[in-house]
Amino acid sequence: MSGLKFSRKQLGIPYAVFLLAFVVVPLLLIILYAFTKKVPAGSETFTIAGEPVSFAVSNFSDFFSKQANIRVLFVSFGLAIITTVISLLIAYPVAYILAKSKFNKGGVLLILFILPLWINFVLRTAAMKELLYFIGMYKSNSFSFVNTLIGMVYDYLPFVIMPLYSVILKIDKSYAEASADLGAKPWKTFVSVTLPLSMPGIVSAVSMVLLPTTTSYVISDTLGNGNVTIVGKLIETQFLTMHNWHAGSTIALVLLVIIFLSMFLSGKFTEEKDESAGRANLW
Amino acid sequence: MVKKILSGSYITLVLFLLYAPILLLFVYSFNMSREIGIWSPEWGFDLYVKLWNNADLMETVINTLVLAFVAGFIATVLGTMGAIGIYYSSRRVNKTMNELTKIPMINAEVVTAISIALICTMFGFGRSYASLLIGHVVLTIPFVVLSVIPKLKQMDNNLYEAVLDLGATPTKAIFLIVIPEILPGIISGFLLAINISLDDYIITSFTKPSTFKTISTYVYDAYAKGGKSSSVPALRALFAIIFVVMIAYVVIYSFIQNRKSKREGSR
Repeated sequence: MSGLKFSRKQLGIPYAVFLLAFVVVPLLLIILYAFTKKVPAGSETFTIAGEPVSFAVSNFSDFFSKQANIRVLFVSFGLAIITTVISLLIAYPVAYILAKSKFNKGGVLLILFILPLWINFVLRTAAMKELLYFIGMYKSNSFSFVNTLIGMVYDYLPFVIMPLYSVILKIDKSYAEASADLGAKPWKTFVSVTLPLSMPGIVSAVSMVLLPTTTSYVISDTLGNGNVTIVGKLIETQFLTMHNWHAGSTIALVLLVIIFLSMFLSGKFTEEKDESAGRANLW
Repeated sequence: MVKKILSGSYITLVLFLLYAPILLLFVYSFNMSREIGIWSPEWGFDLYVKLWNNADLMETVINTLVLAFVAGFIATVLGTMGAIGIYYSSRRVNKTMNELTKIPMINAEVVTAISIALICTMFGFGRSYASLLIGHVVLTIPFVVLSVIPKLKQMDNNLYEAVLDLGATPTKAIFLIVIPEILPGIISGFLLAINISLDDYIITSFTKPSTFKTISTYVYDAYAKGGKSSSVPALRALFAIIFVVMIAYVVIYSFIQNRKSKREGSR
């Protein structure tokens, strides 16, 4: 019996090696780069990829001592939170109506909302830029933030509609009926029955939007007219423009810590996660 | 009744907003104006001809497609093997591998991107086609694994054992029984991988050779650094083509889904 299973298990070895080499070790490398600094040859503790380095924590103090960097962090999280809230406010009624609608048989209407996701993300953002130009949103530089915000909501809205829809669809009708039978007004039923029951969908929508909008700088670069910098862009600049991989890794490590902390916290709130939840069930 | 009209118009409004940029580019792909917003009296397929004749842009499109297919293929083979391996492993290995699999999905793309740039430089092939391919496989492989595992769970395990009892080797049993059973999961994982690879900008920009372009990096360079599409009007035609292909794909897909659910319904 165990002999038979062994051969199936073995199939996973190449994948495990791949994960180790290109997911786990690279993350450790980020930590290594974050805590080291380039030094003149001769005074090094060791070398990475032929570069003389020694241990240093000054990368972190360098990053946090710059006011501009702190501002970028605030802008990133601010934009992400506002985007998430607006997306939820727009998407919840959509998901609710779709889940209750008779016209949405087999999710046909839903597909219309998901379809834009199949168009290249950068192209979609560019199309939004054309539209914003078209309606005159680039006449003044003061629109930069609003334009970025519109782009973010536009690009991530389907990611919010989908998890909300699948959760609302699963809510047992009889709860709402029971609540109505017991004399609750429709809005009361909504606030104290339907909304709490759709919490898992809200949590997974938030987790799908909050992080990418904090770090994915394509939208702010394309729509922000050079006036909106988010934290992902800082990493890119350090890496591709300044060629300071140590400083870039430092910011990445800060992000990593935030990501895993928030995963840990949100994991506490949603006891049992649906295996298929997340981006995978969008398509 | 009022409720119905209200909800209907809300849905229509959101749909309109979602499709407004797409329709704008679509309509203007048939107009020869240099930039959107200025009507040109000339209408027709000139932009499509321009797209076809733009060697640089056509090469970019082919690069993007080849990369997506190759990365998607590698991710599908490796990921399917991984999923089977994980599923039949001990509980502890199973749990650890599941957590590791999700890392690239949870992680910020820019962090994944630099981690791959670092490791590939360490191995001596930073910024090459190899690093680009590895980046795309890392990005897409979790989606393959997570598409295949549910199908493994649905599979009747006795089939595999029965074939072994009838004298098949384990390898043969996998190809004869397991693969056909989980094929829908493999296919959807493959399509998902391709779609995500086509979409990617950040990992591509960190790992690609400097002269290599994909649709994403091309459009980013045209729009983020410049102003509008006026530099490359042919992009409007490309956008329209992608849009039409996607609609066709979704129509075919939902048609198949519909037939499937009808067949299941009649059973």
